[in-house]
Amino acid sequence: MTQLVISGNYAQSYAAKLARVHVVSAYPITPQTAIVEKIAEFVASGALPAEYIKVESEHSAMQACISASALGARTYTATSSQGLLLMHELLHWAAGARTPVVMGVVNRAVAPPWSIWTDHGDTMSQRDTGWIQFYGESNQEVLDTTLMAFRLAEHPEVRLPAMVTEDAFYLSHTVEPVDIPGQDQVDAFLPPRERSSTLEVGKAMRLGSFTGPEHYMEFRHKIAKAMVRTRDVFLEIEDDYARITGRNHGGLLPTYKTDDADTVLVTMGTATTTARGVVDAMRADGHKVGLAKLRTFRPFPVQELRDLATRVDRIGVLDRSFTFGAAGAAFTEVAGALYAAPHHPQLRGFVAGLGGRDITAAMVREALLDLLTRDGPESSWVELKSRTEAS
Amino acid sequence: MARLTIPAQELMRSGHSACPGCGATLVMRYLLKGLGERTIVTVPACCWTVIATPFPTTALDVPMLDCAFEATGASISGLRAAADQLGLKDVTIVGFAGDGGTADIGLQALSGMLERRTDGIYLMYDNEAYMNTGVQRSGATPEGAWTTTTPVDEFSRGKLEPKKDIMAIIAAHNPPYAATVNVAFPEDFVKKVEKAKAIHGPRFFHALAPCPPGWRYSSEKTIEVARLATDTNVFPLYEIVDGVYHITRKLGVAKPVREYLQTQGRFSHLDDAEVAKIQAQVDARWKRLLALEGLA
Amino acid sequence: MEEDLPEAPIATTPSDVNHTASWRTFRPVIDLKLCTKCNVCWKFCPDDAIAFDGVGFPVIRLDYCKGCAICAEECKPKAITMVKED
Repeated sequence: MTQLVISGNYAQSYAAKLARVHVVSAYPITPQTAIVEKIAEFVASGALPAEYIKVESEHSAMQACISASALGARTYTATSSQGLLLMHELLHWAAGARTPVVMGVVNRAVAPPWSIWTDHGDTMSQRDTGWIQFYGESNQEVLDTTLMAFRLAEHPEVRLPAMVTEDAFYLSHTVEPVDIPGQDQVDAFLPPRERSSTLEVGKAMRLGSFTGPEHYMEFRHKIAKAMVRTRDVFLEIEDDYARITGRNHGGLLPTYKTDDADTVLVTMGTATTTARGVVDAMRADGHKVGLAKLRTFRPFPVQELRDLATRVDRIGVLDRSFTFGAAGAAFTEVAGALYAAPHHPQLRGFVAGLGGRDITAAMVREALLDLLTRDGPESSWVELKSRTEAS
Repeated sequence: MARLTIPAQELMRSGHSACPGCGATLVMRYLLKGLGERTIVTVPACCWTVIATPFPTTALDVPMLDCAFEATGASISGLRAAADQLGLKDVTIVGFAGDGGTADIGLQALSGMLERRTDGIYLMYDNEAYMNTGVQRSGATPEGAWTTTTPVDEFSRGKLEPKKDIMAIIAAHNPPYAATVNVAFPEDFVKKVEKAKAIHGPRFFHALAPCPPGWRYSSEKTIEVARLATDTNVFPLYEIVDGVYHITRKLGVAKPVREYLQTQGRFSHLDDAEVAKIQAQVDARWKRLLALEGLA
Repeated sequence: MEEDLPEAPIATTPSDVNHTASWRTFRPVIDLKLCTKCNVCWKFCPDDAIAFDGVGFPVIRLDYCKGCAICAEECKPKAITMVKED
């Protein structure tokens, strides 16, 4: 093990190298570029004996990964924002063909207006594609989760593609000390990919196929069941990772100071770090507040949220994207998860930090205080620059 | 028994779902005869998505990977990279796509595959319209042809624009090998495939695939229509090897284009002036092809 | 049944379990006296529906022939006639 001071982007690159990927296929987009530039260096120097396919679009990047994966290769790509949206058709394809592609996504706002800054709208709009989604909070977590994502995606009980996201610039271009596991440690954790459900030369087999109404639902149900199994498989994999590296990032919904909390804020990505500091400060003032981080959005941690809901009175959900015509996606999904729960805390949604606007400690504190003292509005946009109060 | 003039091995099975007399089916049959069993085929949305039969059956004795409509070139690149990484270097990767999937929606990925010198074969089977969706015009539909989106009635006369010259687009990428093939000439077809198989780098085939329902002729005429396409110079047979053109079938005097056009209902509305215009275009293209051959 | 399906949509049953004889309105009938064993019928069959007997005469595989009549059309000695199915 060595420690390097690297960006979230390089954390992705190092993870792909340590995973000994066979095929990388990628197209440049700000702020993802450093990921694939570093991989290109690894490949060019021979440090990573992979094929790097320099494609002419993100759509082709994902198709090349899917096709390589269909033959049994371990594949990786990375993208952001518009590039991810261009891939959309093929994200469905990767899940439908059960090809365990792993992808790094730098969360960036969607145009227009053009914005290169962070926002979760790009990945949130891919939540129905059948991909496992991890949201990273630190560069270390990004590296570790990417390595775990390979093993999870390829697990025989899962066989689904997985994306590991990081907030643009807050992680992608910010350096932090990151422990890089040794290749021997990673090899012990992540064996070569098993060749199951892959094409075999010389055999009559068609992957993809077409079906009438008699089979399509069953194939979709298989994906649904695999996503359900993903939860337990991931917990086992993270335990195993912790045995080898000593690091465990806390499963699907890591919590902070929730044991005696009556009010909890649900966060995603780097806003979590800010909110953790606010929780500490507010606890010093005597407020029993806590934090829960949506580390996975798919599978959605329904069970973990219901457990949490039995202990608290108020839950706020901080969304870094918005579903037009409804509310923040995390908010609506938390609400959906808790509807069938025995205990219903007061639930409110806060939309903040779109297009890279800072989610400041003051902003989080304001939201938590508001949550502590008011029952509404159900969904609000935080610190909107407006003459009238936003809601 | 007489000697067979093309390989006996069949890697395309019976029981497939093609229409009777389907040209695209013969294209697949001849292609696989030339490539053999160490082949992986990737197919986007096209007639062959259906011809290959629904789950759980498959019409090919080699692996077939469905890919997205516009992504065949990328799928070839992905399969090639994986094959090389997994120690399957002897395997031939071939993309098999229709004219819409190639010359229209898939042009970008095809261009990418050619430019990055992927070691694989791309075959466009050209039935000159979106046949799987019911005969809508594509960029490869010839001028004057009726399709469901280029109707023939008192206000319109079929497709107004000329056919996209896919071979010129391919040639601009300077691949080591490109050729036209036609189901009416299976010996020429298989010979070119065998030749291409031995070459490394991006290779391209433009295969004429007559379509009885789409071109509006009776199913038994597929070979006759295809033969006339070449013998009237509408669809010349040639190769481009490292930039050098070579015409592989030349008649002393080509037949009049009218003989080809009149075999198909899609051209039946054309008047003498329109036929003459098409004849002039065919003559000009042939002259240009001869000139290109002369550059060698 | 879902349990009987593979995890991924991979089709592995060769398509010749599907018979396409019912598509046919006319069936090809070969007059062996006229046949020269030139194999043209086999060469141009889009359905792989022509095999050979022990002495090299073509045999129509009627389970698969769709009756397109390319074989009859292309047969130079006109040894193949299309006969209406009952």
